[in-house]
Amino acid sequence: MTPNLVYIVLVGVLFAAGVVLLLERSLTRILVGVILLGHGANVLILSGGTAGGTPIVGTVPAEEMSDPLPQAMILTAIVITLAVTAFLLALAYRSRDITGHDEVQDDAEDRRIVVLAERDDVQVGDDQDQDQATPAVRA
Amino acid sequence: MTFLVPLPVVVPLLGAAVTLLLTRRPRAQRTVSLTALSTTLIVSLALLVLATQDGALAVAVGGWGPLGIVLVADQLAALMLVVSSAVTLCVLIYSIGQGMVDGVEDTPLSVYHPTYLILTAGVTNAFLSGDLFNLYVGFEILLVASYVLLTLGSTENRIRAGTTYVVVSLLSSLIFLTALGLVYAATGTLNMAQLVTRLDALPDNLRLVLQGMLLLAFGIKAAVFPLSSWLPDSYPTAPAPVTAVFAGLLTKVGVYAIIRTETLLFPEGRVADLLLVVALLTMVVGILGAVAQSDIKRLLSFTLISHIGYLLLGIGLATPAGLSASIFYTAHHIVVQTTLFLVAGLIEMRGGSTALDRLGGLARLSPILGLLFLVPALNLAGIPPFSGFLGKVGLFQAAAGVGGWLAWALVAGGAITSLLTLYAVARVWNLAFWRNPNPAMPGVAPDEVNPVDRVPAVTLSVTGRSVPVSAGDERGAYAAGRTVAPRSSAVPLDDRDAADESAVRLPGMMVGPTIALVALGTALTVAAGPLFSIAATSAADLIGRDAYVRTVADLPEVGE
Repeated sequence: MTPNLVYIVLVGVLFAAGVVLLLERSLTRILVGVILLGHGANVLILSGGTAGGTPIVGTVPAEEMSDPLPQAMILTAIVITLAVTAFLLALAYRSRDITGHDEVQDDAEDRRIVVLAERDDVQVGDDQDQDQATPAVRA
Repeated sequence: MTFLVPLPVVVPLLGAAVTLLLTRRPRAQRTVSLTALSTTLIVSLALLVLATQDGALAVAVGGWGPLGIVLVADQLAALMLVVSSAVTLCVLIYSIGQGMVDGVEDTPLSVYHPTYLILTAGVTNAFLSGDLFNLYVGFEILLVASYVLLTLGSTENRIRAGTTYVVVSLLSSLIFLTALGLVYAATGTLNMAQLVTRLDALPDNLRLVLQGMLLLAFGIKAAVFPLSSWLPDSYPTAPAPVTAVFAGLLTKVGVYAIIRTETLLFPEGRVADLLLVVALLTMVVGILGAVAQSDIKRLLSFTLISHIGYLLLGIGLATPAGLSASIFYTAHHIVVQTTLFLVAGLIEMRGGSTALDRLGGLARLSPILGLLFLVPALNLAGIPPFSGFLGKVGLFQAAAGVGGWLAWALVAGGAITSLLTLYAVARVWNLAFWRNPNPAMPGVAPDEVNPVDRVPAVTLSVTGRSVPVSAGDERGAYAAGRTVAPRSSAVPLDDRDAADESAVRLPGMMVGPTIALVALGTALTVAAGPLFSIAATSAADLIGRDAYVRTVADLPEVGE
């Protein structure tokens, strides 16, 4: 189980590129970033197993077989990544459809609260409640 | 009886397949999903009874021994299964009541039922899984289903919220996957029972790295501060039942994963102090966020984050008392938080909005709604004698038992948090339920804003019949001519007039499950004794580790 240097460098490059793209605002770039990160993780899992011959009984002796478990796991992970990629793609398309761009946006409510905080304002005052209640009781 | 173990995963998945085939027949779809989830609940109850009586049950799926997928139903997993399937069943009935499946509102899709069932399967799979990779798969199943549910109808808001949610969840999944790669490379297995011994043999630094990566991944999923900022932006935009089930279950799956890994794989507690500090920050920062909100759903999302801090407190203490209090509090919080989000959905339906400055007078317009909100709200805030109080007392006792300035700081922080929670829900209670009705609310005529005695007394019907809107004298004619139409799938909600009328009456199918969940939350108080004893034995098992390892080790090897 000696790690292969080529794999390690490959994983590093994929992760670095993926993270850079993930920090972008455009969903399409994020998508590419996710794909790269996914590949990076898959290669990492692969490099964790033992190398060897085909893991099919009868082709090579059991000691010389490669470890089939990482391959099974990668297969699962690839399927999952593919599905999520398709979903993100649809999301980006729909976002472009609605807003004309595919950028990740700030939350409107967050912005509102920041503006309120800057103005040092209260939003739903309990005082206003009192003001409203008084005439009601009189009536 | 081990054949029962995979059923909570298999039954919802099968149900999803069948409902997908029945997309054109909503009635049949409903029947199938109700049957599937009821079955899951019954099987979970059976598993809990069996696990309590005879110890944990384990199954190697496909007979592949410890190499393949192992499902383990110990007491903790079974307890989580029971609570989560009860909650999902109630929310399903609620969502059927809301008619979202019928093409009402902006969620026109017949994919709701299959996706919801797949979400359930993902949650149960995560609870049952006995190896880390299957845990990852469980997470992915529930996450992918949650992406779809969150963006149902793909309106602009939901796409915006969905984008943040999907990207953050993906990132956490990739961190998890990378951690799995490293764990496998270091130990040659991902089976949790095997990892117990193999991880212990690793050098300390390497173990710390693996533990840190897993914690980071689960921390994002569990919305632990500072990894929680995605949650309040994404949850509130989804339809009410979806938000409710997300709030109840998804973050708790993250917490469950933290409990499992911290006790089973990394029991030496080297990150205990870190967990405690994070717990304190999650509690306090979360609840301060809640106090600043003016929208009920967002406010509830922040209380959700805040109360994750309590769960972490028990895990960080890593004592039997702390863990069992955490487990108890998790069960309590799943039920209560879900209930509150369902009530928020009812408020939205009755008041036309969940923004506090647009609501008012709900206590008079709909007394039952007031009761439905008050009970879980007090429960959440931890007013005695509710289960929230019992859980918090358990946690504080555990912290006091450990002692030290950090533990006492957490007790103080926890007390402040519960007071602030009380303040936050009391604010909702005052503003939404006791002010005068807002003229913009459906069912309130513009001239009816202030005078108390002329506000229409709207009867709430639980039977599903239509109910006339009674009113003061000068509104008699108006009311007589206007009997509120029963809410049917034929009424499109974006038609404002129709919405105004139907919103006045809350459908029994929605109120019923909410009442059931409120009752379940209250029942946790009554059943606190047995529940605490289950939690205590689970905690002892978790800390002992042997029972779990032995259960899995007893499985037949490959090929036998």
